[in-house]
Amino acid sequence: MSCEELLRALNEVIDDASALALYTEFADHLSGCNPCQLVVDNVRKTIQLYKSGEPYPMPAGFQDRFRDALRAKWQARFPNSKPQS
Amino acid sequence: MSALNEPPVEPTEDDLELLRRAQSGDFAAFERLVGRLQGRVYAVAYRILGQAQDAEDVVQQTFLSIIEHIDAFRGESAVASWVLRIATNFALKVLRKRRGLPTVSLDDGDESFASVPHPEFIAAWREPPDVLAERAEMRELLDKAIAELDDKHRVVFVLRDIEGLSTEETAEALGLSVANVKVRLLRARMQLRERLTRELGDAATRVVPDHQHS
Repeated sequence: MSCEELLRALNEVIDDASALALYTEFADHLSGCNPCQLVVDNVRKTIQLYKSGEPYPMPAGFQDRFRDALRAKWQARFPNSKPQS
Repeated sequence: MSALNEPPVEPTEDDLELLRRAQSGDFAAFERLVGRLQGRVYAVAYRILGQAQDAEDVVQQTFLSIIEHIDAFRGESAVASWVLRIATNFALKVLRKRRGLPTVSLDDGDESFASVPHPEFIAAWREPPDVLAERAEMRELLDKAIAELDDKHRVVFVLRDIEGLSTEETAEALGLSVANVKVRLLRARMQLRERLTRELGDAATRVVPDHQHS
């Protein structure tokens, strides 16, 4: 397997925990190619960093307007229900 | 306190159960469902659009639309995936409007693997992601890097890698083929890897392949 082939299969290597076991050519290539090891590691860390970021706080002023809009819409959609919560 | 202001996750409640109750006219259940999902909807919209006011509009449009079409959910996907799909479509409408485009700019044909950028700066990162995530300046770097992606690549990365939709769910949400999602995801991953590694990589560990690495 070449680096080019490993790059084409990178999604599988990243997303499928069993890929390295199932496709021994992936593991064989990685074990002998430090650049590809680093690229795979970089991509994993890139995804991890984006996933682990703090949530985006919704602006406080928006919440009241949003809730009022939902209640008005709910009353129009379900006129017989009581939107009080 | 309104359910909208409560912490977004109540692990004892189930999204599907809340939606079913909302479908029968239970507003309190709907509010709790909104409370659970609004943060994810806002984050998806913000990451796609990069602007708070537009992201707020998408949040509101998404949940108003869900009230209007609440019976449309058939249980063929997870509730969260359904909601994020609706939100993504509203966000894409905002993008189209910004760019003055009448049609979806995402669906401009299949991309080939040849379009995927090859790695140039290859090095180990100086610190692990959990440590980096604590740094104040990291949000700005991540936002800037993701904003540099083409819309069609950024949307795929947000849904697939950040929000954790499956490749198939991402394809369905965006009206793309699974193969096209995979290529766009790879392109987004490689572009972000390059950008972040140039910022976060340890130059002392940089390697230049002794063979053709492209």
